[in-house]
Amino acid sequence: MNRLFQLWQLTMALYREILREPGVLFWGIIFPILMSLGLGVAFTKKSDVIRKVAIISPALNPPKTDSSSVLLTFLENNAEEATSEEKESYDWKLVMKDEKLGNSIFLFYKMEWQKAMMELKRGTVNIILLEINGVTEYHFDPMNPDAQLSYLKLNSMIGPGKIAASESNPNIKPLTVTGTRYIDFLVPGLISMGVMMSCMWGISYGIIEKRSKKLLRRLVATPMKKSHFLIALITVRISMNFIESAVLFLFALFAFDMVIQGDLSSLILLFLAGNIAFSGIAVFVSSHTSNTEVGNGLINVVVMPMMVLSGIFFSYHNFPDWSIPVIQKFPLTTMTDGIRSIFNEGAGFAETAIPILILTATGVVFFLTGLKIFKWH
Amino acid sequence: MIPQPVIEAKNVWKSFKTVQAVRGVNIIIPRGQFVALLGPNGAGKTTLVEMIEGIQKPDSGEITIMGRRWKGNEDDLHRIIGISLQETRFIDKLRVTETLQLFASFFNLGRQRVDEIINIIGLEEKRRSYVVNLSGGQRQRLALGIALINNPSILLLDEPTTGLDPNARREIWDILRKLRENADTSMILTTHYMEEAEFLCDYIIIMDQGKILREGTQKQLLEEESGEKVMVYRKKTLDDLFVSLTGRKINE
Repeated sequence: MNRLFQLWQLTMALYREILREPGVLFWGIIFPILMSLGLGVAFTKKSDVIRKVAIISPALNPPKTDSSSVLLTFLENNAEEATSEEKESYDWKLVMKDEKLGNSIFLFYKMEWQKAMMELKRGTVNIILLEINGVTEYHFDPMNPDAQLSYLKLNSMIGPGKIAASESNPNIKPLTVTGTRYIDFLVPGLISMGVMMSCMWGISYGIIEKRSKKLLRRLVATPMKKSHFLIALITVRISMNFIESAVLFLFALFAFDMVIQGDLSSLILLFLAGNIAFSGIAVFVSSHTSNTEVGNGLINVVVMPMMVLSGIFFSYHNFPDWSIPVIQKFPLTTMTDGIRSIFNEGAGFAETAIPILILTATGVVFFLTGLKIFKWH
Repeated sequence: MIPQPVIEAKNVWKSFKTVQAVRGVNIIIPRGQFVALLGPNGAGKTTLVEMIEGIQKPDSGEITIMGRRWKGNEDDLHRIIGISLQETRFIDKLRVTETLQLFASFFNLGRQRVDEIINIIGLEEKRRSYVVNLSGGQRQRLALGIALINNPSILLLDEPTTGLDPNARREIWDILRKLRENADTSMILTTHYMEEAEFLCDYIIIMDQGKILREGTQKQLLEEESGEKVMVYRKKTLDDLFVSLTGRKINE
């Protein structure tokens, strides 16, 4: 009973420490919501894309006798020539309407080859059109996906003079069903990342700071049970993570109609396992140092690679093939993939049991190792 | 029969990498005695006190508290010792009462003891203030209150008034003087303020470079000093004694 009273007082003290810090509300709850709102909206609604194209002047000034310039014919027939006021901004404008993929607005600029090259290097234009003997040449950086897209679109329009894309292309089926949108990909990632960040900064930095302030030393100079301190710290952090994640999910539910397609109890277990994993890692990372600068570095060494590689914002399958099996073993990747599978693929306990076990074991191993080398003084 | 000392250190040595912090120190503190460990920065006072507190382990030698070693007796010894470390910072956004409640809970003590301590340290008006909003002197009084919360038999205070203005220092002294009058507590206080040692303690141990240079009551120490000097034009002080022992002033 007395021991429980100690644990209760420690837990309450650590709750008060967190909840009385005004930044906690913003960084823990409001910031992830703003991030999901910003990224969700940015990648859900397709806005108009402006594509700037340089056309080399001779192509537009063919000899009078030659009236077969494909480019000139194309522009005169399809594009809108700039008025004298608009001439400073562009020479021709072509709006390629598409309700599903978003409108593409092509702005064409007349210029000499050298200037066009300079503009290409600066990124002002990403493709140069040149016509030689009635054949249109496309000059662009093949490594630039945006330039590639401009090329594909222009190539479909110029040429035989036929415009291939129409305003409403029935052959294009954009995927907007729940579970396939970017927001469905993003929110599970934000939840996992929130857990990692909260544990690493909340537990690790909290311990290191208390050690540097000599508070740990003072606490263990009493009959306080050492394990109670760590249990209280982890309990407070996990419950805060639960609240933060629940608020983020509720926001996604109301703002983006997000749903959990899989098993809710598996999601809770996986969430708990992720918290155990990162709490264990956090105790290990903070087990020795009392220098907050060193602590900063140690925490960043853990969180930065996972934040970049674990596919929080974009799929990690964009990384080289050899790196994928390594990335998939990171705790953040394991947790994120598991949560995504429950949210979007309807996964249940059978599919998530192994990630749950791996994450729990990771946490326990790191926690016990950290405790073995833990420096209280 | 000689009563058992509350603290005894026998030939204690401690070094850190290249620094030998404590070199063969012997001390015996009887019950109820207030002892000052006096010496400049780096004299080894804090290391010696931390070994008595059980925070550091001696490289060699033996320390006993009430006849018991730290090993295997941590929980019991923590219950009879009150500690104020140098520069401890408590949780900023915890109120004075909450901080005391937290530490009281480790000794299974409740609200009543917290109220008593707030009264002893004179922080009644600040009981609902966050620790971060306390002045240096008030924080030091809170640290002293935490040290006293378990009504300790042994009080170990490491430079409790360093960095405080004279008024704040005097407030701490008053609390300790009252404690001396009303309780059976033994105390070791480290300080580099001569007047603090003179005002609060009945036994003074002068340390420098990890060794005890002299020890005794203030009277004994000053008599010894007067005996060594032939030409005396003014009343001798502990400062004079320190200069004659080390060739420099305590604050140098």
